[in-house]
This record gives sequence, C-alpha cells and structure tokens, in this order.
Amino acid sequence: MIKLLKVTKEFPRTGAALKGVSLHVPKGAFVFLTGHSGSGKTTTLRLIHMSDRPTDGEVRVSGFSSLRTSRREVWKVRRRVGFVFQDFRLLPGRNALENVAFALEVTGCKKPEIRPRAQRLLSQVGLAVKSGSHVHELSGGEQQRVAIARALASEPLVLLADEPTGNLDDRATRGVMDLFWEINAMGMAVVMATHDLDLIRTYPEARVLELDQGRLVYDSSEDAGRG
Amino acid sequence: MATTIRETVASLRRSPLLAGLSSLMVGLALFVLGLFSLAAYNLRLALETVEERVEVVAYLREDLRQVDLDAAVETLETLPGVEEVRYLSKPEALERAIRDLPEIAEVSTDLEVNPFPASLEVRFLPEGRTTETVEAVVASAESLPAVEDVRYGQEWMERLFFLRRIGGITSLILGAAFATVATLIIGTAIRIAVFARREEIYVMRLVGARDSLIWRPFLLEGAVTGLVGGLLATLLTWATHQSVFHFLFELSWIPTSWVLSGIGIGVVFGILASNLAVRRYLKEV
Repeated sequence: MIKLLKVTKEFPRTGAALKGVSLHVPKGAFVFLTGHSGSGKTTTLRLIHMSDRPTDGEVRVSGFSSLRTSRREVWKVRRRVGFVFQDFRLLPGRNALENVAFALEVTGCKKPEIRPRAQRLLSQVGLAVKSGSHVHELSGGEQQRVAIARALASEPLVLLADEPTGNLDDRATRGVMDLFWEINAMGMAVVMATHDLDLIRTYPEARVLELDQGRLVYDSSEDAGRG
Repeated sequence: MATTIRETVASLRRSPLLAGLSSLMVGLALFVLGLFSLAAYNLRLALETVEERVEVVAYLREDLRQVDLDAAVETLETLPGVEEVRYLSKPEALERAIRDLPEIAEVSTDLEVNPFPASLEVRFLPEGRTTETVEAVVASAESLPAVEDVRYGQEWMERLFFLRRIGGITSLILGAAFATVATLIIGTAIRIAVFARREEIYVMRLVGARDSLIWRPFLLEGAVTGLVGGLLATLLTWATHQSVFHFLFELSWIPTSWVLSGIGIGVVFGILASNLAVRRYLKEV
C-alpha cells in the first residue's frame, strides 16, 4: 500500500535528509519508524503524506505515485492518509467536536451528517463526554485523541503519527498507544515515528524500521525472515 | 458556491473584529485615494474652464469678398481639433465692444466709421487645446487671402498649457504614490486576516480538503473586505466633500465612474491580496 522506491530527499540548506530509502508498508501493518533526531523520520512521513516530494526516486501511496500526482490532486492522497503530530495542531478557538466537524466539513461530508459523525469519531477515541470542551480545557492525552479522531474523519487507509506521545505522560501514552492498536485492529495501517526505544520494546509484535542519517539501516521484518 | 458563502459568512462571524479592522484599513487606504481624486478632479475642472477660453481670432480684410470668406471658414472648420468657426461681422464687433467696454459706448455715437474689423473666431475641441494644434490653425489662418491679421494669447496659452502639463504629471506621480501606498495597506490588512487563519488552512490541507474549497472562501472574504472598505472610503470622501462644500468653498463631486472604479479597485486588490496570502500558506503543507 505504501512503497518508497530509492527515495532521496534533499533540502537546499540542510542537504540530504533521505538517501536512497526503499521500503514497503502493506495494508494493516503496524510500523515503528525510529532513529535519532535528524535521521529522516519526519521527512519519510511527510513524503508519504505528499507534503513534500522526493528529490529522486518514487513514493507510492494507495495507487498514487509522487511522480504523477499533481499538487491539485494531492487531496486525494491525503484522504487516504491520516496524520497526527506531537503538538496535536488543533484549532484553538474551537471545542473538540468542532475540531473534528471541521475536518468532516472540509472533506465534503454532507451537512446533516457532520455532527453525528463527529460525535461517533469522538466516541471511538473515548472522548464522547468531552466533545463540548475547548482545546485548552483538555489534557495532552485528550488533545491527542481529538487529533486522532480528526485524522480518522476521512476514513483513511493509513494513519501516520509523528512522535504522537512525545508530549504525553506515561499514562496518557499508554492510552494513546492502546487507541492506535485498536485502530490498527480494524484494518488500518499505522506508521508511527518515535525515538522512544522503551515504547517500541513494549510492542514486540510491531515492525520496526530504523533510519540513521537518512539511510534505512534496520528492518525487523527482514530479521524475522532470516530468523 | 453555497458552501463557499456559508464558510465565508461563518469565518466573518468567528472573527468580526479582525474582519472589521481589515475593512477599516482598506477603507482608510482608499479614502486617501478618494481625497486625492476629489482634489485632482476639481483641479482638472478648473483648468478646463480656463482652457475653454483658448481661441484664435483671424481679423478679416476690409475689402473682403464673400467667396474668400466662405473659403476661409471652410478651410478653418476642417482643421483637426477645431470645434467651430464663428463669423463676427463689423457691426457685431462694434456691438460687442460697446457691451463689454462702457467707455466705447460713450464715444460710439460720435464715430463716423466703424473701426472694428470683421473676424473669424476659432474655438477648439477639448483634445484640440494644445500648442501644436493652435499653432497649426494660426499658420493656416495667416495663409488665407481673406485674413489680415491673426491674434491669440500666445504667452498666456503657453503658460496655461505648461500648467496643465505640470498638473497632469504631478497628478500621475502623486496618484501612483497614493495607489501604491493603498495597495500595500490593503495587501497587509488582508494578509493579517489570512495569517490569523493560517492554522485553518493548514488543517484543511492536512485532512485533504480540495484546493478550491480552501481558496474560494478566502477570495470571497477578500472581495467582501475590499467592497466594504471601498464603500466606507466612498462615504468618508462624500462626507469630506459635503463639509468642504458647505463650510469652505464650492467643490464638484467626482464622477460615478471614478467612485465605482475605487470600489472595484478595493474588491480586486482584496481578491489579489487574499490569493497571494493563501498561496503562501498552501505551500507550507
């Protein structure tokens, strides 16, 4: 479903962030993308989301190729790829329900369906009772759940998460991770960037990809294959 | 389109203060242009009133033949820039002199012979009121057999035309400067409004909103801001005009086409500024 084929990404000021990376994430996989700061984790996620384009090579996401998908068509890719961040990126002037409803509204959901669907999504992430709470009234873990509900609004095939537990305490981290696994159990692939090795060790059933200075240096699925 | 209007109205409702301030900034910027237009238009009218007096007078020979007179009138009427050629007979010239100069009236009864010559008065179309056209008419008149002498206020006219050129150039430079300042202010006002909503743009792109859905409400909002600003500027300029008219001196109101152009400029700049600002944030995701 997601393929990176010899992908290189160079930035004018900082140079190469990825160097000839190839990888494949099949449907329903749970993948940890790890590595030190600056190893290329965020760049990889942005390339999958087509927020950036590779300097060389090709990114394929659910039938869309980075070589053939124009900027005008990129919205089609993004409806298949949900994205959550360490800093949540919620709209501060709105409550939880409005944040999710906004995503539904701008992705073409019919007006009468917006509110009930937003409510259902918040229930799915365990925040039904906080739907009327404004963003600043929510804890970090709750804000991340709203962000996940928003990312699920377009019923994507894959959920990208860039250090989603980076701002959370242990309890909130466990809650969010449980939620990711629940979502994954429903058939959605999850690709999560994290440098937290303890967290990765907690979930040995997940696949681990390690980046170092822009190169893919470890893939646990190859280890398993050899084993 | 319904979604675009709904989203625009919702956005204006969410941040009425920001929308109001943007419109106010646009309005004040266009108000400066409005005041300049008012001054420039009235200056132009004043100059035009003086320019209407630009004329060439060809004094005719005493022994004038009708055929020469007809030929002279026909020649002068066909010259470019000429509006009309009027024949003033000797008695008409005396009559006018008596009417305009009372001292002539006192001595006119003692006159045995009418000393005033017949003449042809050449008036010019607005576009013909230039040194070149007037001099061409003078040269042509001087060459006519019916004409004894040609007079026109050469020095006065050159000064008038010089004043008009200076006025035109000054208006152009000042107008361009004011328009540039207005453009920058309008651009900044709209950019601030878009900047305040950059997170919305970001989320829209993030979750896969179509570009058109992102653009349209902002463009419509820019147009509304420009329209409200333009109407506000018209109101302020009109109020200034009324105040000057009633308390200081008579002043003509600018033509409707200028007012509509001003409002149109507000709308167009509003759309352009929104377009540029949104384009910038769209590139970020």
